[in-house]
Amino acid sequence: MSSVLEYSRMETRRMVLGLYKQLLRESAKFPAYNYRLYALRRTKDAFKDNKTETNPEKIQELIGKAQKNLEIIKRQVTIERLYTDTKLVIEKPKPSSHGSQS
Amino acid sequence: MMSGRILPRATREILRSFRRTVSTTAVSSAQAAAASEATTDGQESTQPALRPLYLDVQATAPMDPRVLDAMLPYDISFFGNPHSRTHAYGWESEQAVEKARKQVADIIGADPREIVFTSGATESNNIAVKGVARFYKSKKKHVITTQTEHKCVLDSCRSLEAEGFDVTYLPVQKNGLIDMKQLEAALRPDTVLVSVMTVNNEIGVKQPMEQIGKLCREKKVFFHTDAAQAVGKVPVDVNSMCIDLMSISGHKIYGPKGVGALYVRRRPRVRLEPPQSGGGQERGLRSGTVPTPLVVGMGEACAVAMEEMEYDHKRISKLAQRLLDKITTALPDVIRNGDPEHMYPGCINLSFAYVEGESLLMALKDVALSSGSACTSASLEPSYVLRAIGAEEDLAHSSIRFGISRFTTEEEIDYTAEKCIEHVQRLREMSPLWEMVQEGIDLKSIQWSQH
Repeated sequence: MSSVLEYSRMETRRMVLGLYKQLLRESAKFPAYNYRLYALRRTKDAFKDNKTETNPEKIQELIGKAQKNLEIIKRQVTIERLYTDTKLVIEKPKPSSHGSQS
Repeated sequence: MMSGRILPRATREILRSFRRTVSTTAVSSAQAAAASEATTDGQESTQPALRPLYLDVQATAPMDPRVLDAMLPYDISFFGNPHSRTHAYGWESEQAVEKARKQVADIIGADPREIVFTSGATESNNIAVKGVARFYKSKKKHVITTQTEHKCVLDSCRSLEAEGFDVTYLPVQKNGLIDMKQLEAALRPDTVLVSVMTVNNEIGVKQPMEQIGKLCREKKVFFHTDAAQAVGKVPVDVNSMCIDLMSISGHKIYGPKGVGALYVRRRPRVRLEPPQSGGGQERGLRSGTVPTPLVVGMGEACAVAMEEMEYDHKRISKLAQRLLDKITTALPDVIRNGDPEHMYPGCINLSFAYVEGESLLMALKDVALSSGSACTSASLEPSYVLRAIGAEEDLAHSSIRFGISRFTTEEEIDYTAEKCIEHVQRLREMSPLWEMVQEGIDLKSIQWSQH
């Protein structure tokens, strides 16, 4: 019995870590500075805040929320890429990535 | 298998070429702007113009991606009229509108049936102030408001005056808060409505809503509040604050522009005369087809704000403190307008003595800022809000409002503070007034020649 519990605990852990990585990877794709940094920061803070959560129901709820947000981020990144504008004054221009298009 | 591999690649190609056309037009227009700037600046003709930082979130906020994500299906697939009762297109839209109504109601502790969707807080304020006054005009004809209200409340009151109502424009104290004793003294047996905004749009001051609400309930006067700058940012509860009517705006809470809501209490019932005639939508208070995508966006914005309020507030407070510390340690004679305690931290209004606000704004062209409300930013008149809190003319002229949002970063705050310090120092060095102050001359003792 305990080994089954242990197994599902491991499984959850693996899943949560995977979600975390995916969320960070997708968030980093936001072209707009403010959205990108917000998504990264919010993801990190949310996972940090709930790191010690032990209630399995609550964990499932949080996983569901993360999955929903991951889908939103993917869709919004796709849309935003269609309408990107020039960078903000504080962003360091990447050499030869965007400027060469014209 | 083959087609499975080719299809996404083809889609990607289409997407890429589309992106290229979009971004090249964007780049070329930006370059045109940069080139036209170069003729005046005499430099940088090849680099596209970079965008300034956005620190004017009291004027409007960028939409949250979660909000846009909720709205898009209703802009694309589910286009039905929510008032159509005879087919599925109408039902699905109606369902979405009702869900949004509940989301808006939840954030202010109301019942969904008490929410009326409008085009924004300006319309909500108009309906509330004019509607209530006109409905009860046979018995009562006095309205109380404050001098620091938003233009739309003040102008609604002006038009009521033209209709024969009496309006008291309560002064505020030096910290921007109203004096409860003054309010109590201003109440008359024929007072029908008190309208006081929750959080001020220019100085961020938060009025004592519970006390005002309690007083109004005791005296059986309706209490309306313009909470456009408060909802989603500070906790607001219509029951504990005894609020009878409340105006909410969509685009101030990272929602879409062009939508707002009005809360109208059902028990005890508040009645009002709708200014707009038509199909009788929204309990007959606001005729006109409810714009499903906008309303869905506003609902989602409220739901997100409710979930994020604590997190946002903590973060915005931290950033506000960072900005204040940086500026005030580097610069002397910086005055913060409004009460430092009873306020929303995301709105910081500073006066830089001996510097003209407009020239500072011009110098800070890399940061989108404003000297006060967007509605009056075209005029060079000093803000009436600042004059109402007793700021002297020169200080009212030298104020700048810093608006911090959910999406503001530490880096943006540091950049803004640095630029601000740099330009204030530069402008002060050019100012003869500043020079005189440095020499120890009291400016108030000078007799300026009249002309």
